Amino acid sequence: MLTNEVMKSAVADENVKLTAKDFATNQDVRWCPGCGDYSILAQVQRVSPELGIPKEKFVWVSGIGCSSRFPYYMNTYGFHSIHGRAPAIATGVKLANPELSVWVAAGDGDLLSIGGNHFIHACRRNIDLKVILFNNRIYGLTKGQYSPTSEKGKKTKSSPYGSIDFPFLPVNMAVASGATFVARSLDRDPKHLQAMMLRAAAHHGLAFIEVYQNCNIFNDGAYEPLTDKETKADNVVVLEHGKPLIYGKNNDKGIRMDGMNPVIVDLTTGEYSVNDLWIHDEFDENPGRSFVLAHFSDLKDFPTPIGVFRQIQKSTYDGDLFAQLDEVTKLKGKGKLEKLFRMGNTWEVA
Amino acid sequence: MAKDVEVQVLEDVTVRFAGDSGDGMQLTGSQFSNTTALFGNDLNTLPDYPAEIRAPAGTLYGVSGFQLHFSSLEIQTPGDSPDVLVAMNPAALKVNLKDLKPGATIVVNENAFDSKNLKLAHYESNPLEDNSLAGFNVILVPLSKQTAAALEGLQISMKDVERTKNFFALGLMYWLFDRPLEPTLAWLEKKFGKKPVYLEANKKALTAGYYYGENTEIFTTRYHVAPAKLEKGSYRSISGNEATALGFVAASYKAGIPLFLGSYPITPASEILQELSNYKNFGVKTFQAEDEIAGIASAIGASFAGNLAITTTSGPGLALKTEAVGLAVMTELPLVIVDVQRGGPSTGLPTKTEQSDLLQAMFGRNGESPVPILAASTPSDCFDMAFEACRIAVKYMTPVFLLSEGYLANGSEPWKIPDVDSLHEIPVNYWKDKETYNIYARDENLSRPWAIPGTPGLEHRIGGLEKAHIYGTVSYVPENHEFMVRMRDAKVKKIQDDIPDLEVTGDKDADLLVAAWGGTYGAVREAIANLQKKGYKVAQVHFKYLNPFPKNTKEVLSKYKQILVPERNLGQLSKMLKMEFLLEVIEFNKIQGLPFKSSEIETKIISLLGGENVD
Repeated sequence: MLTNEVMKSAVADENVKLTAKDFATNQDVRWCPGCGDYSILAQVQRVSPELGIPKEKFVWVSGIGCSSRFPYYMNTYGFHSIHGRAPAIATGVKLANPELSVWVAAGDGDLLSIGGNHFIHACRRNIDLKVILFNNRIYGLTKGQYSPTSEKGKKTKSSPYGSIDFPFLPVNMAVASGATFVARSLDRDPKHLQAMMLRAAAHHGLAFIEVYQNCNIFNDGAYEPLTDKETKADNVVVLEHGKPLIYGKNNDKGIRMDGMNPVIVDLTTGEYSVNDLWIHDEFDENPGRSFVLAHFSDLKDFPTPIGVFRQIQKSTYDGDLFAQLDEVTKLKGKGKLEKLFRMGNTWEVA
Repeated sequence: MAKDVEVQVLEDVTVRFAGDSGDGMQLTGSQFSNTTALFGNDLNTLPDYPAEIRAPAGTLYGVSGFQLHFSSLEIQTPGDSPDVLVAMNPAALKVNLKDLKPGATIVVNENAFDSKNLKLAHYESNPLEDNSLAGFNVILVPLSKQTAAALEGLQISMKDVERTKNFFALGLMYWLFDRPLEPTLAWLEKKFGKKPVYLEANKKALTAGYYYGENTEIFTTRYHVAPAKLEKGSYRSISGNEATALGFVAASYKAGIPLFLGSYPITPASEILQELSNYKNFGVKTFQAEDEIAGIASAIGASFAGNLAITTTSGPGLALKTEAVGLAVMTELPLVIVDVQRGGPSTGLPTKTEQSDLLQAMFGRNGESPVPILAASTPSDCFDMAFEACRIAVKYMTPVFLLSEGYLANGSEPWKIPDVDSLHEIPVNYWKDKETYNIYARDENLSRPWAIPGTPGLEHRIGGLEKAHIYGTVSYVPENHEFMVRMRDAKVKKIQDDIPDLEVTGDKDADLLVAAWGGTYGAVREAIANLQKKGYKVAQVHFKYLNPFPKNTKEVLSKYKQILVPERNLGQLSKMLKMEFLLEVIEFNKIQGLPFKSSEIETKIISLLGGENVD
C-alpha cells in the first residue's frame, strides 16, 4: 500500500505561483451554452496552478470532436490534432521531452472508436500521460449519432430504430490495457472532479479519468440520475480507499461481496452491518475488483461508482526509454560518427 | 597433388546464389559481397526473396536468390544476367534458368535432385540427365554428401549438417573466384564464438568447399577479377537501408538535436527501424508504434516538442499515414517520411521493388497539401538524401518525403566514407523571444518559427484547423484561407532556389535525353556508358528532387528532340513532367517487381535512334 498517495510530480517546482486565470486564453469558448465541457475546463484551470508546474511545461493534446477544442482554451502549449490520434501525438511529445507534463483531452468517439488502438497501447506502455475522457455517450460535433459508449437500443440520428451496438466500459478498457491510474468523475461534481485531477496529475504513469459529461443538445440528461440532487445519493457510490462501499440518502445501502459477485445489502434490517461491506482498496495489484466495480453499470439497481478505481506502480515507458539510452551510452560510450561510419569491414583505396 | 588450373582474367562477373528460403542464400550472398568488397572490387547486389519466411522446402515459390555483380571497373547495377548460378535444388534451377547468360556456368547440388524435389519443382524428367541444359556449363557437385563428409565426427544433428551446406557452396565459390576465406572465417568466429560446435561445423564446410575446388578435377578454370580503381578514400559496403539510417544519425548530429523515429515494421523498410534502435548512445530514440498512424503521429508530436523527427514505411503504410502527413503540412512542422517503395497496389509484392508511389507522395492527400519529395538513386546515395531531407525539413519547417525502394534498400555497394567535418551544418534555432513571437510569422524562407514546449512565454496552440496568417489563431476567413494555401505552396516552391540544378551527363548535344528518377539511375547510367562506347550520342539527367523540380528542368528538357523516361510504374514521372512543362516525353515502363536491366534501356534507346547516330 502506498503511504504517500500524492507524490510530487517529477516536473513540479515549489516556486511556481499561478492562478486559474493564468491558464485561460483570450479565445472565445465556443461550446454550446450549458455543455458539460465548461465545467471540465473550469476544474482543469482551477487545479492546474496547484500542481506547481510552470505553465510552459504543460502540453495539452487533443484529437477531433467538441471536447478536442480544449487545448485552444488552455494558455499552455497545445496541439489540436486529427481524429483519434491524440494519445500517439502526446506519446511523441513526452518521448521528445520527458520534462513536460502532457495531457490528453478526448471524447468517447475520439478515444474509444477511431482512436481506440492508440488509447489501449498508451495504457499498455504506461507512458506518463494524463488522459481525460469526456464521455457524453454521443457524437456531438457530427450532430447526434450513437457512440461506442451509447447504451444498446439508443435511438439517435444514425440509429432511428435503436442502436444494436453493445457499449464499451472505458474503465475496464483502461484497466485491462494496463493503465496504472484509473478513475471516474462527473462534470457536475466540481469538487470531486478537481480531486481526481489532482490525483491523476500526481500519479507517475498513465492516468485515466473518465468524466461523465452531459451533452445538453444531443444527449441531454444522460447522467441525470447520477447528478440530480434527488436521485444522486441512491445512484452513486463514491469510492474511497480503505472505506466500505456505502451509499443511499441515509447511507443505508452497501455492497457486499459474495464470492466474486457483488450484492446490494440493506443496512437498516440489522442483517448486515458496515463491517460486512466491501472495503475499497485502490492499490490492490489484482485488477479483478476493478472489473467488478466497472460492471456495476450492467447490473440492475446497482449504483455507479465514482472515484479512483485503481492506482498501482509500474515503471513508465518514458522512464525506461531514457534509462536505456543512459545505460547503453554508459556501456558503449557516447557515440562518435566517425566510428559509426566505419562499423564493420572497411578498406582503403589509395 | 595440385592440378593444372587455368586462371582467366575477367572484367566483371555476375553471380546468383539460389536455394530454398531456409537455405541461407541471403547470408551466403552477403558474405560473398563483403569479401568481394574487401578484395577491392566495385560491386552491386540484388537480394530477391519470397514474402514467405520459410516457404515449404523445395517449392518453386520458396526460392530465394541473391545476385551480385562485381568488377574491376566502376559498375552501377547488380548485373543484367548471371554468368554463374549456384542452384541448391531443382526449384532454384528452374526459377533462375531463364535469366542466365547463354553458356553460363551452373553449379548444382546434385544430391538435391531426387524424385521428391524434382516433383516439387514440376520437373517431369531430371534436367541434369535429359540434356535440357545443353548450352550451359553445368558442374555437378555432391554438395550435401561432401558437406556431411567434411563434418563427420562432429556432435551435430543431420539437420544442422544440412544447414551448413551453403558454406560449402560459398567456399567453393571463393576458390572459383580467387577470394580469401579470412573475412568469412573472422565473421564466423564472431557469430559462433560461444557455440564452438557450430563454429567448427561452418568453418569445416567453408574450407572443405574451397579445397573441393582446389583438388577435384571438375574445375579446370579459375577466374580473377582485379580490384577496381575507385576514387581514393576509405570504403565500406553499405545497403540502402543502412545508409538511410546513418544519414539520419549524421543529420541529428549536425543539427545538434536528438533523433526520434516513430515507426511500424513493414517490408522493406524495417531495417531502418532496426538499425536505428542500435544507436542509443547517439541519443537516438526509436518508438515501435502500435500502427503506421501512431508511427507518424508520434513523430509529429516529437517534432512539435523539438526533436528531429522521422517516420519510415512502405507504400501501404504511407496510405495509412496520409491524414497525418496533411497535419504536418498544416502545422508546418519538420518531419521526414521515408517510403521504401515496393510493388503495389494494396499488399502487392512486399519483397519486390517498384517505384510507383511518386504520385501518392505528390498528390495522396486531401486539400492543397504540398510536400517536398526527394528520391535516392543508389544504396549509398540514401545516406546523402536522408541527410538532405532533414536539412530541408528543418530549414523550411515542412514534412519531406524521401522515396527509396526495395532494390536500393536491400542492395549494397561500396560507400566512400564521408569526412564528418565535410558534412553541412543543419542550423536549428528554436524561437526564444517572447516579444517578437508569432505562431505563423514567416522568415525569408517563408518558414514559421519553431517554438518548442518548455520555452517560457511562447505558449501557443497549433492544429489541423486553418490558422490566421501571422497570429495562428483558428480562422475561417475566406481570404485568409486562400492566402495560407498559396503561402504553403509558395514555401515548397521556394525550395527550388536551394537545391542543385539538373546536371546533364553523356553527350550534351545529343538528340535523345534519358530522364529518370530514383533507383533507375544505375541501369540508365550503364546503358548510356555502353551506348557511348558503341558511338551513340545520348544524354542523361537524373531527378533526385521531384517536388519542386530543379530550377533548370524546363530549360534542360527543352533542348532535346526526344526525352525517354524509363520508370517502373505506368509513367508517373512522365505525367508530372508533361503536366508541369507541357512537354512530350516517351514513356518506357516496366512493372515486374524487378529493376531495369541496362540492356533493356539500351535496346529501347537504339530502337528510338533507329540505329542511326553512330559514328
